[in-house]
Order: sequence, then structure tokens, then C-alpha cells
Amino acid sequence: MHQAPLLLDGRAPDADSLQWVEALSGTGPRHEEAVARLHRLLVRAARFELARRRHALGNGSSAEIDDLATQAAADALMAIKRKLGTYRGESRFTTWAYKFALFEAAVKVRKRAWRERELPLDEDGWALLADRGAAPDADAETSELIDALRRAIADELTPHQREVLIAVALNDVPIDVLADRLSTTRGALYKTLHDARAKLRARLAAEGHMPEAARKGGTQ
Amino acid sequence: MSEHGRLPLAKLLAGLIGPAGPELTCQECFEQLDRYVELELDGQDAEAAVPGMHAHLEGCPACSEDHASLHALLAGEGGASRRTPRG
Repeated sequence: MHQAPLLLDGRAPDADSLQWVEALSGTGPRHEEAVARLHRLLVRAARFELARRRHALGNGSSAEIDDLATQAAADALMAIKRKLGTYRGESRFTTWAYKFALFEAAVKVRKRAWRERELPLDEDGWALLADRGAAPDADAETSELIDALRRAIADELTPHQREVLIAVALNDVPIDVLADRLSTTRGALYKTLHDARAKLRARLAAEGHMPEAARKGGTQ
Repeated sequence: MSEHGRLPLAKLLAGLIGPAGPELTCQECFEQLDRYVELELDGQDAEAAVPGMHAHLEGCPACSEDHASLHALLAGEGGASRRTPRG
């Protein structure tokens, strides 16, 4: 049974959100009707997301896109049922629910877009970095900075940190696609990326190359 | 193939060295995303309410996409009916 949402800064969730939670936490026809209504909202949100990312789906047929939306909504509904007890009423219930559908749809689009693609090699990222440093519009300061970055990536990062940084930051591999290929999680990979970036910032700062916009240090 | 070779230096650097300052994790970002977007759409100081969210959205392309999508979906629904006062 769902616990009553906590009141944060003294506010109760709006009446509509409370009705959602009560209906989804209960049983019987009212519960079934709420689940069906929620499913319709989730399908609509998933379709919205797929439409936004239509370009990433290439030549996907309408049937395939409908199937992706159905799968995303079903996965979102399962996640919502599982996590209903964590809803605190800090946003409207529908907003809270939408994010699950958008997330599931986005993950499915990214995975589908990369399903038949090999991950780019580290060398591709290195080449891009070298090209950027040697570009006709690169001044001496930019070239020095790029060189410093290449040295820092080579010297400071572990092989795993280097692999993740180059894949995500240089080769544009979506982090959840990379997580899938490396049998890990998006959160774990982002932590790796975060730690790698912190090392690079520290090295650049120590060498006097830190860009103005990134002079402040930070930890996660 | 990536398009970083044509990207401005600032964008390239942002990907490589990330945002400055403390930032949320992906999990924390997901947990707070609905609240953050509603505050944004209400014209409130979302970053003050959820410190570290902005930095994370700058550093994490996937979470940034999730944020943009939720923002667009809610914005498309219109304001008044969606954001009734709570209390």
C-alpha cells in the first residue's frame, strides 16, 4: 500500500495528483481505470519523444515506431508501479510519470540507432582532437590547449577512463549505449566520465592551460 | 563519425573537461527532473531549488536530452491547466 506523500516545505500535492496516487495504490475498477488512463498518457508521451527523435530512427516504419512507443509505455508503467511509493508530490503526478515514458523512449531510440553500429575506435577521437588543434582557424593558444589536453588524456587517465571519455565526448556515443556495450550502468559510466574530467581539469590548471570558463573546481 | 572537428572550441572543451562546480549524479538528476522542469516553467529559480542540476545537464548529454524533452512536453501542454496552485 502506498504511503501518504510526504509534505515538503509544508505543501500537499495538488488534488489531481493525490487522486492518481490513491487510485493507483488501490484495487478494483477505480484502480484498473487509473492504470488504463495512465497507460494512455505514457503512450502519448512516448510518441512525443519518438517524434522529437524521428531523425535518429532513420527509415523505421510506422509500425516499428508504434511498437517502440508501446514498449516504452509498458516499461514506464512497470517502473511507475514499482516506484509509486517514492513519489513525494514535489511535482504534479503526471509530470513525474511523463519522465519515465520519455526516458524509456529515449533509451530505446538511442539503442536502436546504434544497434547495428560498431563503436568508433579511440583512434577516431584522437584524430578529431588532432584535427581540431591543427584547424586553419586554430590560433597558437588553441593549439597549445589541444596539445595539453591530448597529453593529459594520455598521461592522467586510466585506460577505462580514456575509453569512456573518448567515446562519449569525442565520438558522440550515447552514454546508455556505451553502458550497454560495456555491461555497466549509465550512472557508473557518468561517474567514470566525471572523474576523468576532474583529472583533466586539474592537469590543465596545473599547467596554466585552464580555460576561463572552467577555472572553478568541483566534485560530484 | 562525430562532428566535433567542426564544433567550436568551447563545445569541444565542454565535452572533454565538463562543467565546473558540484553536480548531481544521473540518478539524482532523474529523481529531481520533474520538480526542476516545473519550477523552470513556473519562472522560479530552479537551480536554487535543485543545486547542481544545471551543471549536470551541461555535462551529461543523455540527461540533457531528457530534460529538453520533458520541458518541451510540458510547455506544449500549456500552463494554467497543468500548474494549478498546490497547497
